Amino acid sequence: MKKSEFSDPFEQARNEQGIGHMNDQDDPVTMVLGLKDVRKCAHNWKTFQSGAKPGRIVVPSEVNIRDTRQIPFEVDPPEHGDYRAIVEPWFKRPLEDEYRAKLRTQIESLVDEVLTKDDIEVVGEFSLKLQSRALTLLLNIPYEESEVWIGWGTHVFRSEGVALDGDKAAILYDYIDEQIDRAQANPGDDLYSVLLNSEINGRKLSKEEVKGVMILTFAGGRDTVINAVTNSIAYFAEHPQALSRLRDEPEITNRAVEELIRYFSPLTHMGRVATEDTKVCPHGHDVKADSRISLCWASANRDEKVFENPNEVVLDRKVNPHVAFGFSHHNCLGATHARQIMHILLETLAAKVGSIEILDAKENIEDLDQFKRKVGFDSINVKFNPR
Amino acid sequence: MAKIIFITSDSEKVELEADSGSVMELAVQNGVQGIDGDCGGVCSCATCHVHVAPEHFDKTGPASEIEQDMLELDDDANEYSRLCCQIEVTDALDGVVLHVAK
Ligand code: HEM
Ligand code: FES
Repeated sequence: MKKSEFSDPFEQARNEQGIGHMNDQDDPVTMVLGLKDVRKCAHNWKTFQSGAKPGRIVVPSEVNIRDTRQIPFEVDPPEHGDYRAIVEPWFKRPLEDEYRAKLRTQIESLVDEVLTKDDIEVVGEFSLKLQSRALTLLLNIPYEESEVWIGWGTHVFRSEGVALDGDKAAILYDYIDEQIDRAQANPGDDLYSVLLNSEINGRKLSKEEVKGVMILTFAGGRDTVINAVTNSIAYFAEHPQALSRLRDEPEITNRAVEELIRYFSPLTHMGRVATEDTKVCPHGHDVKADSRISLCWASANRDEKVFENPNEVVLDRKVNPHVAFGFSHHNCLGATHARQIMHILLETLAAKVGSIEILDAKENIEDLDQFKRKVGFDSINVKFNPR
Repeated sequence: MAKIIFITSDSEKVELEADSGSVMELAVQNGVQGIDGDCGGVCSCATCHVHVAPEHFDKTGPASEIEQDMLELDDDANEYSRLCCQIEVTDALDGVVLHVAK
């Protein structure tokens, strides 16, 4: 099988049962697999809540390693909307020309650099760097700070297997505490300072709330972006004609970005907690009050009832109602930033890169009990060749 | 050339003209408030939601099935809802009035 082929492990269960089962730390999860069902459950926040005990809607659960509530992620309407209103304008900044120009400079210089090397490990030497440097723009802090995050390696946020590593998470939480203290003592025009100065319902955001937003900004935008970038590099290595097509037909770049994100679905699923005894799916599976479901974006994005040739990358797919960035209230706040990264990356690769050779690759397989899903690579060595 | 009239949720009237592309692209290029077009027009984000003036609904026609599946879960949707990235600009649209949902 090709390295850039990501098969759909959910197909049979989606078509036969509409759900899957996963036991995670004795708090089992009913995985909702079809696109329509995923959307319905995502929309129905009263029955399927996000505002459960902090960490519980994440799979694998983080209840044992975190007490801080992530905001706006672990809050339900109507408070959710109040928080979103505070942060949304800031997270739309990637649409500004100046932001895009800086992002382009970062990505072009990284691509220029890897073009001079014989062997690049993409996850650590390309995607992590790209993601970390781009994050300095989103937080509006000095570029040099990205060195700290790159120094953490890819493993600070990555859970290996089911057991989550609390010590690794502590590196991030301590760092964010320090940064909040710094911004409080010395306010600037970075995201920490802007949040510390924001008001919700007539009062200032607390330090704990600011921490909740910042943890999410770091954690939510790390592996997702790294996998989207890495997997796209693997795809272009095995489909050089796609690079030349993007060069000849730049107008399809937007569709290509959406399609790669649909196909790779960097976030597999996200949980909710049922607030009452209820049912999911056309087959009417029982879900008990206070048990967990998950919205499986990755399965929904291969739903053959909606997508023609769901298991193929159709670079110029015109109608593409994917849910890789979620759906309804909690749809991804970082999507504008992630889309700009991908757009500029594709333009830059098309302009500068002739071909990419894969030298060696180790796949990263998520263990979802009933399903094993390839989500990216632990490592992938390639050689970039200039045009 | 078709004239397309947007009415934003602040009741501002924006009259634009175009002869190609999608209605969403036209709105975004001209900064029509309430139309973001986050997904660039592939029908995945629902940030391009408009209510077609009922008397003009035959100019645009109804939403496709994929659009309807998205709109069904949008609290602001009604029978005249469209995701305007799915409306191509053609002469048939001339004079259409679109109320921006957001
Ligand atoms: C390709 C990259 C990304 C993918 C595939 C992705 C995917 C998702 C998905 C599926 C959700 C919905 C979660 C739910 O419904 O519970 C979500 C929410 C969120 N994402 Fe992303 N994400 C990406 C990048 C980012 C980035 C770069 C950031 C920020 C730096 C970010 C921050 C967030 C936040 C804050 C939320 C919660 C929004 C809310 O609850 O209102 N994401 N993301
Ligand atoms: S622009 Fe995203 S659905 Fe229309």
